[in-house]
Amino acid sequence: MATTGTSFIKHEVAHHFDNAEQEFESAKLGMWAFMAQEILFFSALFVAYAIFRYLYPEAFLEASSLLSWKMGAFNTAVLITSSFTMVMAVNSAQTSQKKKTFNFLLVTILLAALFLVVKYFEYMSKFHHGIFPPNYFNAMAVFEQVPIFFGIYFVITGLHALHILIGIGLIIWIMRRTARGEFHADYFTPVELVGLYWHFVDLVWIFLFPLLYLVG
Amino acid sequence: MSTKTIKNYLNCETGIMSWLTTLDHKRIGVMYLLFIAISFGLGGFFALALRMELLTPTQLYLTAKQYNQAFTLHGAVMVFLFIIPSIPAALGNFVLPLQLGAKDVAFPRLNLASFYVYVLGAAFAIFSLFNGAVDTGWTFYTPYSTQSDTSVISMTLAAFILGFSSILTGVNFIATIHKMRAPGMTWFRMPLFVWALYATAIIQILATPVVGITLLLLIFESTFGVGIFDPALGGDPILFQHFFWFYSHPAVYIMVLPAMGVMSELVTTFCKKNIFGYKLIAYSSLAIAIISFLVWGHHLFLSGQSSYANMIFSLLTFLVGIPSGIKVFNWVTTMYKGTIDLKTPFLYFLSFLFLFCIGGFTGMFLGALSVDVHLHDTYFVVAHFHYTMMGGVVMAFLGGLHYWWPKMFGKMYSEKWGRIAAAFVFVGFNWVFFTQFILGTKGMPRRYYNYLDQFQPLHAFSTMGTFVLGTGFIIMAVYLIHSLFKGEKAPANPWGGLTLEWVADTPPDHHNFHETPTVTTGPYDYEKAGY
Repeated sequence: MATTGTSFIKHEVAHHFDNAEQEFESAKLGMWAFMAQEILFFSALFVAYAIFRYLYPEAFLEASSLLSWKMGAFNTAVLITSSFTMVMAVNSAQTSQKKKTFNFLLVTILLAALFLVVKYFEYMSKFHHGIFPPNYFNAMAVFEQVPIFFGIYFVITGLHALHILIGIGLIIWIMRRTARGEFHADYFTPVELVGLYWHFVDLVWIFLFPLLYLVG
Repeated sequence: MSTKTIKNYLNCETGIMSWLTTLDHKRIGVMYLLFIAISFGLGGFFALALRMELLTPTQLYLTAKQYNQAFTLHGAVMVFLFIIPSIPAALGNFVLPLQLGAKDVAFPRLNLASFYVYVLGAAFAIFSLFNGAVDTGWTFYTPYSTQSDTSVISMTLAAFILGFSSILTGVNFIATIHKMRAPGMTWFRMPLFVWALYATAIIQILATPVVGITLLLLIFESTFGVGIFDPALGGDPILFQHFFWFYSHPAVYIMVLPAMGVMSELVTTFCKKNIFGYKLIAYSSLAIAIISFLVWGHHLFLSGQSSYANMIFSLLTFLVGIPSGIKVFNWVTTMYKGTIDLKTPFLYFLSFLFLFCIGGFTGMFLGALSVDVHLHDTYFVVAHFHYTMMGGVVMAFLGGLHYWWPKMFGKMYSEKWGRIAAAFVFVGFNWVFFTQFILGTKGMPRRYYNYLDQFQPLHAFSTMGTFVLGTGFIIMAVYLIHSLFKGEKAPANPWGGLTLEWVADTPPDHHNFHETPTVTTGPYDYEKAGY
């Protein structure tokens, strides 16, 4: 398991930890705690969604039909694939395969970018039809509560896209460190943690897709 | 002991940059302490402005809008900038790793980052102060907050950012408590202050993000619209109150749980007796943390919530009394046959004990549905939460500050002046706020600028108490600052405490301990220590 060759950099355990295991376990626990706060961060939006879908089922049905389920489904597939490549990247890092780690991370970033491109065209086509957040909403709708759906839609998908952007930044950061040879069987904590974060972002979308696109 | 060459965390590096870039939890704690003290002064200034205006039933020197801004800023500054970070971020940062026998918190860089996030949030709050100070009340209720022409957005953004500082501190403390304990320190050998911080961290992580998203939604609502709080679109302004209190009620326990932790430390050290009911105190912290998530509806008894929901929330509210009562009884029982030493920190312990009980019992009044109809939104509520927040949390904070001050700075303050200040604070506090219980039961509504003539004597009496209270704080500021320059050198263990921070040097070494301590007993084993 030990790292061989000169292409890897040996990891120094931070001064306040006793050993590498304590350092890894602490980081992982901290990340899980952070994930818990992420779930609660999105929770209010899911609660709002549930309340208003219960109150105005017809409006939600109409509003949802204005979204393109094909684009949503495509993006779902893109993100699930990116989760797979992320798992492979973490696995490659754990087994000291530098090149593979780098390439899998690169594919993950490309998929994330593809997701954002599709999202961009989706937003644009909505704006084109006058579908904006409530204060600027000027599309034709049968039910007067349709703007509420889009208020929730834009906030929750916008925050999700922001998480994707942050994820891209994090992956670029660990790619650079991978290229420098910092990650190997003895030390791969940042790759593992970014992986956790990335799965969380995917998971949120997996809930969003049916709730927003498949109301009908 | 060689005298002057001993290096400690204060003099191991010098220069302002060594402070601004430090990863040492002790220095970060001290920096928090400085900012928190400034915030407390600022919030106190607004409080004084309010009490002066209330001397007369009509306008004295503030306009109605300025009055609204003053009470909003008093609340927002005291809650978000002072009381939430007070014990966890300032005292907790300093003491937690020492009590665990660790070299630092689990993530020192994250710790510094959360300090700077706090500073950024504070900057937004100060900006909003000079840029059309917010007038909505610190609760930012819709629909008014989406329509007010004051700086609601920058203040809510400030609260949002400060929330993340709090979350990151919580994440750090959870990992630290789980993974950084010294050899031999099992869960039930941890000091109770650590247990309290653990329960606090759980609430910080699980509740704070909810207010984060709520305030973000409020900002979106007033910029481009979300619709969920807007009745014109079918939304519901009451939903904001639900979201807001889902955080802000647990936030009350973010404030008071660490205070209760300080109380457990003080009572054992100044009674030289093992704590009575260690496990129950530890578990009751967790119980309070859990129940705190289920009581937010008691802020909405008169907001048109269904009467069944009201009944359930009322019942759950009463349940909080059980773990709180367990703690109070255990502290009192610990004092029984103890060697009580009435030093300044212990005077604050006793203040907390009296004042928090009054605050807690009046909370029961407000949790009772029928009584609440009468008392809702009166000065009774104002007095109640000041008894819990100031009579509780601030007293414990002051107790903890005096208790750990020698450890932090290596200097003793004047015990005589400490006791005098404690007396002023205790008397002044009751003078101001007990009066307000009476005002409230007579029907004086809170947040009113003008009032009926019949309330003037009590209002004037309450305002007079402000000066007694303020005098106490000024005396305190003087002797604490004086002690830094002229104070006697503090011994390593001035109070005879048994927890690990007293094993470390005074002030502690940069790495806390010269060799990692090994723990073989519980934290308060005074019998074994020969008492």
